[in-house]
Amino acid sequence: MKFRNTLIAAGASAILLSATGVAKAADSTKPIVIPIHNWSSQVVMAHVIGGIFESMGNNVEYVPADSQAVYESIRNGDVTISHEVWQSSFGGSFYNAMAKGGLIDAGTHSAATLEEMGVPTWVIDQNLCPGLPNWEALKDCKDVFTTVDSDGKGRWLEGPQSWHGTLMEERIAALGLGDDYMVKYAGGASSLWAELAAAKKEGRATIIFNWTPNFTDAEGFTFIEFPEYTAGCRVADGGEGSCGSPKGWLKKAASYKFPKSHPAAYTAYSKISFSTGQIGSMAALVDTDGLDHKDAAAKWLADNEATWTAWTK
Amino acid sequence: MIELFKQKKSLQFILLLVIFYLLNHFIVPAESNILWRLPPLLKWFPLYINDSIGYLMFEWWPVEVYDPDIEEFEQKPLVSQFTRIISGFILFQIEFIREIMLGGAKTIVTFSSWDWATANPWARMPGLPWTVIAGGATILGYALAGRGLALLVGFSMTYISVFGQWEPAMQTLSFVLVAAPVSVFIGLILGIWAFRSKTVEAVLNPLLNMAQIIPHFSYLIPVMVFFGIGDHAGAIATVIFATPPMVRLTLLGLKKLGPEVAESGMMSGCTNWQLLTNVLVPTARRDILIGVNQVIMQCLAMVVLASLIGAKGLGIDLLIALNRLDIGKATEIGICIVLIAIVLDRMSLAWANKQTDYFSSLSFIEKHKYSLVFAALFMIALGLAYVGQFIFPEGFNYLYIVPHNKGMSIAIYLQSGVDWIWDTYFFALKVFNEWLILSVLLPVKAAYLGMPVIATFTLFMGIGFIVGGLRVALTVGALLLFIALTQWWDRALITAYLMSVSVLVSGIIGITVGTLCAQNARSTRFILTYCDTFQTFPSFIYLIPVMMLFGITDTAVVIAIIVYASIPALRYTVEGLLSVPETLQDAGTMSGVNRVQRWLTIELPMSFPHIALGLNQTVVFALSMVIIGAMIGTDDLGQLILGSLSDRNGVGNGLILGICVACIGLAIDQILRTWANQRKQALGLN
Repeated sequence: MKFRNTLIAAGASAILLSATGVAKAADSTKPIVIPIHNWSSQVVMAHVIGGIFESMGNNVEYVPADSQAVYESIRNGDVTISHEVWQSSFGGSFYNAMAKGGLIDAGTHSAATLEEMGVPTWVIDQNLCPGLPNWEALKDCKDVFTTVDSDGKGRWLEGPQSWHGTLMEERIAALGLGDDYMVKYAGGASSLWAELAAAKKEGRATIIFNWTPNFTDAEGFTFIEFPEYTAGCRVADGGEGSCGSPKGWLKKAASYKFPKSHPAAYTAYSKISFSTGQIGSMAALVDTDGLDHKDAAAKWLADNEATWTAWTK
Repeated sequence: MIELFKQKKSLQFILLLVIFYLLNHFIVPAESNILWRLPPLLKWFPLYINDSIGYLMFEWWPVEVYDPDIEEFEQKPLVSQFTRIISGFILFQIEFIREIMLGGAKTIVTFSSWDWATANPWARMPGLPWTVIAGGATILGYALAGRGLALLVGFSMTYISVFGQWEPAMQTLSFVLVAAPVSVFIGLILGIWAFRSKTVEAVLNPLLNMAQIIPHFSYLIPVMVFFGIGDHAGAIATVIFATPPMVRLTLLGLKKLGPEVAESGMMSGCTNWQLLTNVLVPTARRDILIGVNQVIMQCLAMVVLASLIGAKGLGIDLLIALNRLDIGKATEIGICIVLIAIVLDRMSLAWANKQTDYFSSLSFIEKHKYSLVFAALFMIALGLAYVGQFIFPEGFNYLYIVPHNKGMSIAIYLQSGVDWIWDTYFFALKVFNEWLILSVLLPVKAAYLGMPVIATFTLFMGIGFIVGGLRVALTVGALLLFIALTQWWDRALITAYLMSVSVLVSGIIGITVGTLCAQNARSTRFILTYCDTFQTFPSFIYLIPVMMLFGITDTAVVIAIIVYASIPALRYTVEGLLSVPETLQDAGTMSGVNRVQRWLTIELPMSFPHIALGLNQTVVFALSMVIIGAMIGTDDLGQLILGSLSDRNGVGNGLILGICVACIGLAIDQILRTWANQRKQALGLN
């Protein structure tokens, strides 16, 4: 039924096109599918971008999805966009899907991001490991960071292996910290936050993987300063691995169908660029002010109309 | 001497253990030593599977399909075109039920087009006011089982609405209302088929185990490619996960029937079909209804995981809340999931137990009183919803729907409860945690990892041989061999270590607590409700407090597994003890046994098939939690499965890793089931 109707519609529009001779079609009325993941800024931004599309007369649908697996769906055209591609967490999935074909890079947000190992700021305030945030301080205070199951070594709580493979193990070895530190892989972001909360309650120092902008910024989180990143310094790129993370990017991905099916919406999407402050304010509307995600998006759109209407033109 | 040895299984076990110990002691741990670790000869296999599935998903038998959105012809593989038709069919049903409850455009779009629906914004399904659905469900509850059920249903629906979770809860409900009946139906059919044919039973059993054990993350990407992301994909994954217990319990129920039941049916001249539908299935109703209960529980247990492949509703809200460590909010949502599960379960139970009254002659009003009350309620609620537009100042019409997250909330109280537990017990638990890790978990883990591969094989194949002879030994050996030849043997040992510690504790808890609770009706009801609650209460919620209390350690993983895996051990013990015929109990009492003797000599042996099935399910549940353990942070197979999501060859790796997990389960199942069957034969239960 649906198929026949779409055929008829396609036929009708084909006739219409040939009659009027207009070359470029308007945006399809089929919904633009925006994925919802499990962190606040992403959900609010999904509704903000959805709101921008709706203001242009498009239909929008939101679909919950796993943040790694979604790239395969984008590539197949089931999901239209992914608007928060963090370099170190999703870079792997993003480039895999791009290499297989079907996913396009729709530009980069202006937000400056950093994804790195770090400690809660109060660890530095209380001087639990003198010399931090410089990484060399770690050499002398492994004991502060040991846990029951870390075999006497200090523990780095890294994200799951799906984020950056064995990068941190390589870094520990390359920096000569191999005898003093070990890497434990947390299962996901919520494990990291649970560790952060537990360490604070217990007054115990901890090293975890984290990124900014993030809701943890409000509580105070300091990234460890490792030797500067240079192109090719990582083991995977043929280097020694004794370097920190690069200043990260935050990209926008789109399905190959998007520019063709919704040319106007895609043009606007490619112009969208959020800054660190804007992303932070979106997350704060939910995390600090306690708004619902949809209300937060509506409020953000109302407060920043000048910013986003420029993208739609 | 040799004769005695052949007779005494305990002696055989002792000999096996001695050999096992010697092998453990004398094999040199070196990578080149083939007795220590087998070479990963199957290393190419995941890549091969990956390429084959990639070929099937994207290349095999391409057909030209016109895509009107991009106005181009595209090459699409035939298989995915076919699976997409199934998806569309399932999605339509889910959307249809959803839009009856919440309103929307999708159903109308199906029968027209997006162009038409966008041009005609009036053409939408109107959603029903929540009062109509809540009231209607309450009336249905009353009609089915009287005041108690009506109260439960009314309370649950009101809770969901008042706490501002109506919209996501109805989204979840709509997809469960499609997935659960489908699972029950398929389960019933397969169960009956397996009852009629031994071959089918033999083929089905490992498949059922695999369906329950293989972590969903293993096939997340293939499902997303074949079926597309959305509620339908969630429903399909749910059906795969929820059907196996239904099949098993249908089969168990039918098998337990004595031949006289079938004979009496045949004597009354039943055809085959009548025999099945009017005699056998109704008589086996007790076990089949446990199956229905299990389907509903498993469906709701999948709500969170289904949200990873596009199922809308409570799942994603819960994940968002948890990622902010908002345990209060997450608990509120978790309670909604549990309430939906319990309401659905009790209502389906009441419906199945309701006897048709063939004899009374009723007037029209008596016959249709509930429909009439509903019609009246419908009009009143509609009227109220209309009036509601004008009375609420903020612009929300609470009599139509309580908007999402704008209802009541007790999140802060729940949160402070969690904080209180933390403040009160943390340091005591810390001592326990350190002891457990240092004296139990780490040594056990080291022992598992220190096992030479030859010793592992000897032990398991030996047990298989003693229990069931050469056939079982070879099956177990083949399953282990598959794992040993991949490069993940060590990871599998860690999975096995986590599983065996958890299963041991779960089994002990299940059988002892189950026995104690089966002693009287009230505690039985309590423990079964507890089972229903914790089977559906999303484990993610208690993961966070557990992680905060016990750290990102194996303790946290083991506790999370035990909470979930002790459920089948409990449930099946209770059900088993209840199914012991009263006449047998009386016979025992008359022969003068005391309580403990009765338990040991009558109740336990008689309920053994149930308990064995329960233990079997405990293993399955524990293995299915592997992936949840990985979400805390482990270094076993589960962590690699999570990692495969972003891997270039992830599809193949994920699947083979999942199959490795399943192989562990199948090997244990093989041993346990053979043993159970022998016991049953010995007791004359077959």
